[in-house]
Amino acid sequence: MSKSLVTGNLAAARTLAAAGEANRAALGCCAGAYPITPQTEIIEHLRGCEFSKGRVVAVESEHSAMAVCMGASLAGARTFTASSSNGLAYMVENIFAAGYYRLPIVMIAVNRTLGPPWNIWVDQGDSLMFRDAAWLQFYCDSHQDLADTILLAFRVAEDEQILLPVIVAMDGFVTSHTTMVVDLPDQAKVDAYLPKCNVPHRLSHAHPSTIGGLTWPRETELHRHEIQQSMERVPAVLATAIDEFELVFERRPAGILEAKCTEDAETVVIACNTMARTLGDVVKARREGGEKIGMVRTKMFRPFPREELIAAIGSAKRVAVLDRNHSPGSGGIFWQEIAATLRERPDVLLQDYVVGLGGGDVTPAMIGEIIDDLNQRSQSTAPIWKEAAA
Amino acid sequence: MSCETKQNQERAYCDYLLRPGNTNCAGCGMSIALQWLDSALGDEKPTLVIPACCGIVTAGAFPTSGYGVPTAASTFAAAAAVATGISAVAKMNDDPHPVVCWAGDGGTYDIGIATLSAAAERNEDIIYICYDNEIYGNTGGQRSSATPEGVVTTTTASGKGERKKDIMAIMAAHRIPYAATLSVAHCEDFIRKIKLARSMTGFRFLLILSPCPTGWKSEPEQSTELIGTAVRSGLFPLYEIFEGSRYRINERPDGTPLEEYVKQQRRYKNVAAHLDPLKNFRDEQWRYLDGMVKAFPATEEDGG
Repeated sequence: MSKSLVTGNLAAARTLAAAGEANRAALGCCAGAYPITPQTEIIEHLRGCEFSKGRVVAVESEHSAMAVCMGASLAGARTFTASSSNGLAYMVENIFAAGYYRLPIVMIAVNRTLGPPWNIWVDQGDSLMFRDAAWLQFYCDSHQDLADTILLAFRVAEDEQILLPVIVAMDGFVTSHTTMVVDLPDQAKVDAYLPKCNVPHRLSHAHPSTIGGLTWPRETELHRHEIQQSMERVPAVLATAIDEFELVFERRPAGILEAKCTEDAETVVIACNTMARTLGDVVKARREGGEKIGMVRTKMFRPFPREELIAAIGSAKRVAVLDRNHSPGSGGIFWQEIAATLRERPDVLLQDYVVGLGGGDVTPAMIGEIIDDLNQRSQSTAPIWKEAAA
Repeated sequence: MSCETKQNQERAYCDYLLRPGNTNCAGCGMSIALQWLDSALGDEKPTLVIPACCGIVTAGAFPTSGYGVPTAASTFAAAAAVATGISAVAKMNDDPHPVVCWAGDGGTYDIGIATLSAAAERNEDIIYICYDNEIYGNTGGQRSSATPEGVVTTTTASGKGERKKDIMAIMAAHRIPYAATLSVAHCEDFIRKIKLARSMTGFRFLLILSPCPTGWKSEPEQSTELIGTAVRSGLFPLYEIFEGSRYRINERPDGTPLEEYVKQQRRYKNVAAHLDPLKNFRDEQWRYLDGMVKAFPATEEDGG
């Protein structure tokens, strides 16, 4: 490990590059690259990398960035890209295609609010639009978590039991443009950690097949069902990937979720990304003040970890969700998933709070108000908009 | 049927680029062109990338395929970018198989043009072949920007009001190593151009005027004859452009009247009585080509 003072973007880019280089003994690596704020530094760095066997293609759009990854992955290489916001929106068709093709592409999503109106700051509405695509999704709370999760992502994506693409998300600017000391992996250790990428259904002249052509309804349904089964295998595959990560890198990254102080908690607050770190400080302070409060950082969003979440909430009676995203006509997107999960726990009062949209600060004071609001509630109500209510 | 069980036959079923028994319409120009592509490439089997178009319907339904070579069904606008990824990995692994995009006019002239232009600008090592049937054939015959002026389609009921886009000029403007027009009525010229394209590296663009009896409202058995008439009447010139800057004409019009071409296709029913715009289009095309050949002729070094 080498300690480096880097931005979130650079931590991601260097880790992607190391993962790509690690596949030099196999079919190499390839990326499609197109800039968008706040992701640009990632593709600038990748374009400057010298790979033993690899190419980063500077394309004309995000749609083509993903298409290049699809082509390269169909040819058997390790593939990756990065985007944000409207770039992800422009990429949508090929994002779905990559999932349904079952290609182990790793994409960094630097979360940024979708426009219009134009806004370059963080919320998770961009990557969460892919909740129904066949992609795994991980939300990272720090630079280190980001770098570690990228390596886990390749391991899980390329595992023959999974073979699905992975989004690794970070907060635009809050993570992407701030600088922290990060343990970036040495190439030799990445080489040791990542096996040769093997896409078993890749295009082959020895066994010519047509990939992505017409299927009848039954075959289509079976294909979707197989994807669901692969999603259900993710927790076990991820657990192994984390165990082996610890052996190689002597550090244990978070996996599905992180629960803190939940053992005897009566109130639990759920959040993701850097917001969860602020929440952690609030929870710690309140614990010291004697409150029975805990928190859960939801890191893995797809597959959604229902069992793990139920277990993490424990015997809590009140649960708040902080959603830095919103589905118009419904509510926060994490809240929807958690509400569906908690149908097994009708005794829990679940309340959604929509916060920090468009990159607004979610301060300790604001989280404190939310906890106070939750604790005085006798029943839940429609999602509460903190800014609009203020 | 496995290749092994057929290995004693003269040519194994699996060896065909376009396998017998596919579902293409009778008289489809694409079927002819795919077979000639197969003949021209011989043992150098291509990897195909096919966006949404009749060409991917040709594959038929999983688990069978009409294609005997590895084929990726790409999203509509993405063929040249998917091919870029495949070509990049082929290059870094010394895989000799040529990467061929096989796309209709919709995927080339319209929805795929940004992707196509970008791959051409990067001079990717791809042979991009557009089989141009001047219509969205796969969806039942709607206008494209390749549809000639006056032609009736399901979205131009009284005849298209705009002229056909000059995709060859657009591709030439990218200064790609090779661009050529190909006719399914001119087998030797067709095969020669495929082989010449194959002998080069970088982005190569081949345009085939591909008869579509279903959309053109023509008789299937007349398909190749129709294209021969299109060439002889001067409506579809056969020519090559080297590095976007040196021109060679392969065949000149022989005086065959445009009426001969138009009267055999009911899509031109509104045009037959008013041929002047189509004649003007043809004549202007030749003035342009003649001027280019005079100013920028191909040389013997251009080969072929």
